[in-house]
Amino acid sequence: MSKREPLFSAKQRALMLGPLSKNNPVIVQILGICSALAVTAKLEPAIVMGLAVTVVAAFANVILSLLRNTIPTRIRIIVQLVVVATLVIMVDQLLKAYAYDVSKQLSVFVGLIITNCIIMGRIEAFALGNKVWPSFLDGVGNGLGYGVILVIMGACREALGSGTLLGFQIVPQGLYDFGYANNGLMILPPMALILVGIVIWVHRSRNKELIES
Amino acid sequence: MRLLRDFLDKHKPKFEKGGKLQALHSVFTGVESFLFVPDRTTSNGAHIRDAIDLKRTMIVVVLALVPALLFGMYNVGYQHALANGVLATTSHCCLFLYGFLKVLPMIVVSYVVGLGIEFIVAQMKGHEINEGFLVSGLIIPMIMPVEAPLWMIALSTAFAVVIGKEIFGGTGMNIWNPALLARAFFFFSYPSKMSGDGVWIADKADAFSGATPLAYAAEGAALPDMTTMFWGLIPGSVGETSTFCILLGALVLLVTGVANWRIMLSVFVGGYLMALLLGAVLPATNVYADITPLKHLLLGGFAFGAVFMATDPVTSSQTGVGKFVYGFLVGFFAITIRVLNPGYPEGMMLAILLMNTFAPLIDWLVVQRNIKRRLNRKRI
Repeated sequence: MSKREPLFSAKQRALMLGPLSKNNPVIVQILGICSALAVTAKLEPAIVMGLAVTVVAAFANVILSLLRNTIPTRIRIIVQLVVVATLVIMVDQLLKAYAYDVSKQLSVFVGLIITNCIIMGRIEAFALGNKVWPSFLDGVGNGLGYGVILVIMGACREALGSGTLLGFQIVPQGLYDFGYANNGLMILPPMALILVGIVIWVHRSRNKELIES
Repeated sequence: MRLLRDFLDKHKPKFEKGGKLQALHSVFTGVESFLFVPDRTTSNGAHIRDAIDLKRTMIVVVLALVPALLFGMYNVGYQHALANGVLATTSHCCLFLYGFLKVLPMIVVSYVVGLGIEFIVAQMKGHEINEGFLVSGLIIPMIMPVEAPLWMIALSTAFAVVIGKEIFGGTGMNIWNPALLARAFFFFSYPSKMSGDGVWIADKADAFSGATPLAYAAEGAALPDMTTMFWGLIPGSVGETSTFCILLGALVLLVTGVANWRIMLSVFVGGYLMALLLGAVLPATNVYADITPLKHLLLGGFAFGAVFMATDPVTSSQTGVGKFVYGFLVGFFAITIRVLNPGYPEGMMLAILLMNTFAPLIDWLVVQRNIKRRLNRKRI
């Protein structure tokens, strides 16, 4: 190695910021859709879920990047699963200990982070072929890219479906007296799918190069 | 007439390429083809066309809807007077006028919102304006409860036009019937405004129960007799109560050949057979299974859906055999949902939307079967 690369060089920054928009795991690669539909009826679980996935993705990438030269290729999937499962169980236990209500709302979806395509995808595609620091940034970037979409959807669905944000009422009572009503469809799963579609629509029309011919 | 033509011709250059108002080109052509028959002819290729274009098809359907709509207006007034106990003292004319004033804002809102969105999208994409919304825009208020708040109708219409139609490419490209999509959106978004006994009668007195016969049946109450339900003086969505007026519309559609008789017939057959089957199989404790098959066909939106919405040429099956299968399954599922899931007594809406989704698959299977049969014939 001739010269040490700065911690946040342009290349490193691209690793972390790319997944936030142009290379977003949810709306560009269409990964991790199931949990994005399931946990976004309210904003709070959406935020917690985004953070949990970010933590798991980042540390799974770090650990597997450290181990990448010692894992025999043929059993790498098992090793990946062991690492990811360990991290997920830790996150699950932490949530149960410190954020019990949210943990109950998220129910099985914390455990199902193990099967989240984003995590396995980043390990396979990135961590097994890159050094520790870039892998960490890649994991954080992809986790946050997933989290951003969850937060957008959670905010829209909670505001329009329940009239609240994080449990606080944001639609003024006067509006209800005037005849406004919460949209019940917003908190049903089908609307989440339509909402992802709308987010993709808006995103693609702002980034024309992503539109398939 | 001459005056109008001259006026249009005078202003035409402004809207053409390079003109001042070029951006509004499609609005101009829209207005022009609304007022006059388009003078453009096909320029290349051999295209055999008859005189029925989209505009005429649509206007026939609108005309077929008129009897049900007028009766619906009268019925709104009738139910209002009945609920408030002033029926004997009110003239028929007043009843109609009351309903007319109640229903008119719903029609205006649906047209303004829907056509507004279509115009805007046409400008943005540089398309021409289509007549596709003329029918949907009239059907939407007819399948809503009379007490539906106008802003909810506007929102449902906007949802149906944008998500159901424009993102698929506009008129003729949609997978689901836009009017039904508006109703489905309304139903799942604001369930309290589309069920129960408070929404079907305008300004009802509190003591009077105003549930639709379908909802009554769920509580085990007796249904109105057949003739009342056939003529349609019962609470319900604006345009769907009178089977007689709907059949008048069906006659118009069938004589002009705008709607397909295969679909219409097979929807009724499917519904009838399913009601017969469920009535025989299920125990009498299921209140809906107890209703005679013929009454099932008169109840709720079954007839309206069968005549005006299942037959939508865009979203139904295209092949001859496919139309029979499609129609039969619409009737089949409508009654199945109504009887087996009392949470959704209006099974017709869900049945048609479901079969809209499957219509292309049915067509594909029919075509594949034809190909296979012909190949077999060749081998012999």
